[in-house]
Amino acid sequence: MVMADTAVTPFDMGTFGSRTTPIMAAQLRKVAAAARELLVDLAAGRWGVDRSALVAQAAAVAHPPTGRTAGYGELSKGQKLVKAIGDDVPTAPAERWTVAGQSVPKVNGREVVTGRHQYTSDMNRPGMVYGRVLRAPSVGAALVSVDTRAAAEAIGAVHAEWKPTPQPSGAELFDYLRKNPTDAQGESARSGYTAGSVESGRAAAATRLDATYTVAYIAHVPLEPRAAVAEWQDGALTVWTGTQRPFGVRTELAEAFRVPEEKVRVVVPDTGSGYGGKHTGEAAIEAARLAKAAGRPVKVAWTREEEFTWAYFRPAGVIDVKSGASPDGKLTAWEFHNYNSGASGIRTPYDVPHQKIEFHATRYPLRQGSYRGLAATANHFARESHMDELAHAIGLDPLDLRLTNLSDARLRAVLQAAAERFGWGKTKATPERGFGLACGVEKGGYVATCAEVAIARPSGEVKVTRAVTAFECGAIVNPDHLRNQVEGAVVMGLGGALFEAVQFEAGEVSNPKLSLYRVPRFSDAPLLETVLLDRKDLPSAGAGETPIVALAPAVAGALFTATGVRRRSLPLAPKGISA
Amino acid sequence: MPIDLIVNGTRRRLEADPQRSLLTVLREDLELTGAKYGCGEGQCGACTVLIEGQATRSCLTKLGALAGKSVTTIEGLETGGQLHPLQQAFLDAGAMQCGYCTAGMIVAGASLLRRNPDPEEPAIRKALEGNVCRCGTYTRIVAAVRAAAATGTRTTRG
Ligand code: FES
Ligand code: FES
Repeated sequence: MVMADTAVTPFDMGTFGSRTTPIMAAQLRKVAAAARELLVDLAAGRWGVDRSALVAQAAAVAHPPTGRTAGYGELSKGQKLVKAIGDDVPTAPAERWTVAGQSVPKVNGREVVTGRHQYTSDMNRPGMVYGRVLRAPSVGAALVSVDTRAAAEAIGAVHAEWKPTPQPSGAELFDYLRKNPTDAQGESARSGYTAGSVESGRAAAATRLDATYTVAYIAHVPLEPRAAVAEWQDGALTVWTGTQRPFGVRTELAEAFRVPEEKVRVVVPDTGSGYGGKHTGEAAIEAARLAKAAGRPVKVAWTREEEFTWAYFRPAGVIDVKSGASPDGKLTAWEFHNYNSGASGIRTPYDVPHQKIEFHATRYPLRQGSYRGLAATANHFARESHMDELAHAIGLDPLDLRLTNLSDARLRAVLQAAAERFGWGKTKATPERGFGLACGVEKGGYVATCAEVAIARPSGEVKVTRAVTAFECGAIVNPDHLRNQVEGAVVMGLGGALFEAVQFEAGEVSNPKLSLYRVPRFSDAPLLETVLLDRKDLPSAGAGETPIVALAPAVAGALFTATGVRRRSLPLAPKGISA
Repeated sequence: MPIDLIVNGTRRRLEADPQRSLLTVLREDLELTGAKYGCGEGQCGACTVLIEGQATRSCLTKLGALAGKSVTTIEGLETGGQLHPLQQAFLDAGAMQCGYCTAGMIVAGASLLRRNPDPEEPAIRKALEGNVCRCGTYTRIVAAVRAAAATGTRTTRG
């Protein structure tokens, strides 16, 4: 199967937004079913037998009456078989799946473990040279002068003078976001939601709570930094690059070089991960520009520092929440304002008669973009933390408060499954050990996480020691790969929850290295338990993103039960806990 | 001055700047791209190779320091088409997602198993602490090393 090559595959939007499983997989299933029928036709023609007597199975067509069999490859003989198919190709329902639904191993696993698997940064082309780009030291700096004579030696030897422009620093970030609204009408208008009147809901409440939550900028840190190899031939451009949006990058390239899209081919060899961080084609454009100038193929592979500085980040944000609840814990009012971080997952799944939910676009100091789960990480952190705070104010258990306000059966199911596996409520928190839980629904996936944290005394070092995640995304396509995604999301989420943050001074990132920006390592990985709920009666949804959203609020809740102090900013404990 | 070293069992004579890192020499001159660049500062382990059997960050190792030494990369772990037990264990445990960290993890793990054929979990975590898997497959990697240790033990006993 050829994937992600704009010259030979039909258009697709890309690998993001948990779209592959619900959208692409459904299409592929139809295509595969139609291709199978085509191969059966070929076999029927070749053997002069009735197609109804043929069986297609295990990559071959067989004719049981005569014992004849021919592999798919043998039947198609390398020809290009083209067929337009309609939307009505019948495919097997989940109950009758034979391959889907099984833990089929990764197809290219052997290539990976032997080091033979080629990523973009591993590629070589005849005559290829390596390109580097001289970059500004900070956001908004303008080039005053540059002496390129030393460029042939090393990019570091090039002398350049830059004129900085005034830029915000990390210390003023949240103030800055609040004070710099823009009227990017589109997203805010679309994502807003109002029901009833928050004022009257608050007036009717016995408990009212106001709180503000913040999230820092964090970096994706894909282990393979951006890379591209570009080659021009007779005015046509081919670029190999690790991107999540090959067709989007093709458009970027066509625009950058003013050539028609048919003259641009983008191939994605494979990507050393993206997590939403590789939607764009920076390295592709750079390599293509250099290849054009050099008249030969050029590889541009970003350094870790470039990736930390000039890629984009998960947006920082400020979230204001105002709520009200009756004495028995029924929510009466919910007002939620998100500044800058985004609108994904902004709505509450709880039943509240009076609501006002708004996303506010603002100006922002660093380049920002997609990240696993988008703003759902921030919005779930704020919402679920606030639910905990309400529970505490009313004197209810956080699980009970949630169940009291939740009629969504799928969300209740994961919440109860996680709580049960975790043994929620069975152990009392101590100053050294706390327990938290959170849940949410996003992009068709339902998740609940229960977390246990340990605080070492007197050092104050915080560790997530156990995380139980229940997840449901319809009919499970590959249980082991799903488990792997859930585990990976939890481990990645742990970094953003506890310690990850991009630091910056006057538009310059000040921790652009792995030695300065901490990511989760072996010692950080908790005991992971994953409970998968398989709903064969429901269409499969994606799973790469949603399992990340409940971890941070669950950890925040766990820290609260241990310390009695509510932490409302992500990361929660970048330097441990002092008190 | 050319530098002689043994790479995956074969003697190689290299006419390269001794100041260059072993990682770039392997990847650019010898077309051994299994070892990856992830940080260039010894923080991620993606570039791990064995030098005289010892797990080493090739991004921080200068070519000039290697005269006469033997280097084993991920490409050299397989013997006669037979995967190293740890390579097989990674496959069996599904201990990867994007796979970009995998070579470094396996080489670092193989070095640990050489020193300690039956490491317990804490020893595995400690030995691999310098290797980053951003996809977060740590638990599976630990399980893979445990499984390979078990296989190794069986083989030696059997
Ligand atoms: S590239 Fe050598 S340790 Fe990261
Ligand atoms: S599998 Fe992607 S970094 Fe480890």
